[in-house]
Amino acid sequence: MPVPIFLPSALAAHTGGQRQLQAEGPTVGAALDDLVARFPAVGPRLRDAAGEPYPFVTVYLNDEDIRLANGFATTVREGDEIVIVPAVAGG
Amino acid sequence: MSTVLTPSPPTALSHAELTRYSRHLLLPEVGLEGQRKLKAARVLLIGAGGLGSPAALYLAAAGVGTLGIVDFDVVDVTNLQRQVLHGTSEVGQPKLASAIRRLHDVNPHVTVIPHEVRLTRENALELIGAYDLVVDGTDNFATRYLVNDACVLTGVPNAYGSIFRFDGQVSLFCTPDGPCYRCLYPEPPPAGLVPSCAEGGVLGVLPGMVGTLQATEAIKWILGIGEPLVGRLLLVDALSARWRTVKAPRNPQCPACGTRTLTALPDYDQLCGIRPPQATDQVPSITPRELVARRAQGDDLLLLDVREPHEVLVAAYPDAQLIPLGSLGEAVPSLPRDRDIIVACRSGARSARAVKDLLAAGFYRVWNLDGGILRWSDDVDPSVPKY
Repeated sequence: MPVPIFLPSALAAHTGGQRQLQAEGPTVGAALDDLVARFPAVGPRLRDAAGEPYPFVTVYLNDEDIRLANGFATTVREGDEIVIVPAVAGG
Repeated sequence: MSTVLTPSPPTALSHAELTRYSRHLLLPEVGLEGQRKLKAARVLLIGAGGLGSPAALYLAAAGVGTLGIVDFDVVDVTNLQRQVLHGTSEVGQPKLASAIRRLHDVNPHVTVIPHEVRLTRENALELIGAYDLVVDGTDNFATRYLVNDACVLTGVPNAYGSIFRFDGQVSLFCTPDGPCYRCLYPEPPPAGLVPSCAEGGVLGVLPGMVGTLQATEAIKWILGIGEPLVGRLLLVDALSARWRTVKAPRNPQCPACGTRTLTALPDYDQLCGIRPPQATDQVPSITPRELVARRAQGDDLLLLDVREPHEVLVAAYPDAQLIPLGSLGEAVPSLPRDRDIIVACRSGARSARAVKDLLAAGFYRVWNLDGGILRWSDDVDPSVPKY
């Protein structure tokens, strides 16, 4: 079951310029694994060395912060969307 | 001469003001009472830059009675692509001067209070505590955490906005029952991981969109109307014209607004991993004039430009090899170890990182071109544009 992943323009440099990609996986973590398998350079931008979410990059499943659900183990369902939102400080 | 209506000052509105705010007074959600609330309100803008410019213009036009502005910068020509408070004739002047001039012209009924200081942990509580609401338009993580913590400690709401390239974020933090910035981002990214707009660029109109959203939230909060952007984060994607609202709930474990274990302002440079410059940060460097002199005497040098291809179209170094910083790792095996390598970029920052990487990879004949193409244009070839 494909799930769309939306990336900000700041991360698109690591995905060949693509800001909306499709990934496969039963959980958010598995879908990100699928994305990172194709674009290894984006991996360290999405999770830390231990494979855990960063405190400064929020991953949303639809409009829910996965840190408040089951983290990367959060189940993905048909029609869901994953949105990656790193902290930015520009003003 | 204008006539003062009831109630008593300072929230009384003159005839001139009543006429000026006609389109607000026609809205039942604003009306006379709402317009008086706006006039009585004190809003502090932190930064008169990309976000602060549109926010200040609309807050002044709307009749917010007192606008404080914290800024210590001067207008640079590269600001004018997005910082609409300032004009071409004001380049080199303090931003506060152009802000006061422009805002007074927009609405002379507004009192503008300039604070020509850097916001610090020493002055933040007093400054912010003197206002009803803050509009955070700063441009770095350290100040954003400082603004957040000072807002939590003083109980002043923060109309937050942040931008990078084509993406923006807006929320209203630090309301009595809402989350704060630390609930959303418990820790800042390590220093250097996220480039600034000065390094990564920003679409000029984006702060216009985000800053006006901050002003909208500020005005709604003052008026007490609508659904404030509390507990929600609005994501603005200018490229796809897609806006999305995600949940940003209060974190009961947040040290600032949850457990309240944060009772004083900490060291924000330390929090953000910012160290004072140290001797070990220095990389071997060469000035543009020295580079020209070495080439003139026939030295065999490789000038390695680590900028992006689209930057080279704006301003190019003569006889340089282009390897963008992001591709440098793959290119290392192809680089010569028996020639002097001069690494260059726009300002000297990216090339300094590249020099460090090359030194770590065992290259020792490597130098940073100090000041980058900006200094090249100043010292060697003024026909090369600065950007």
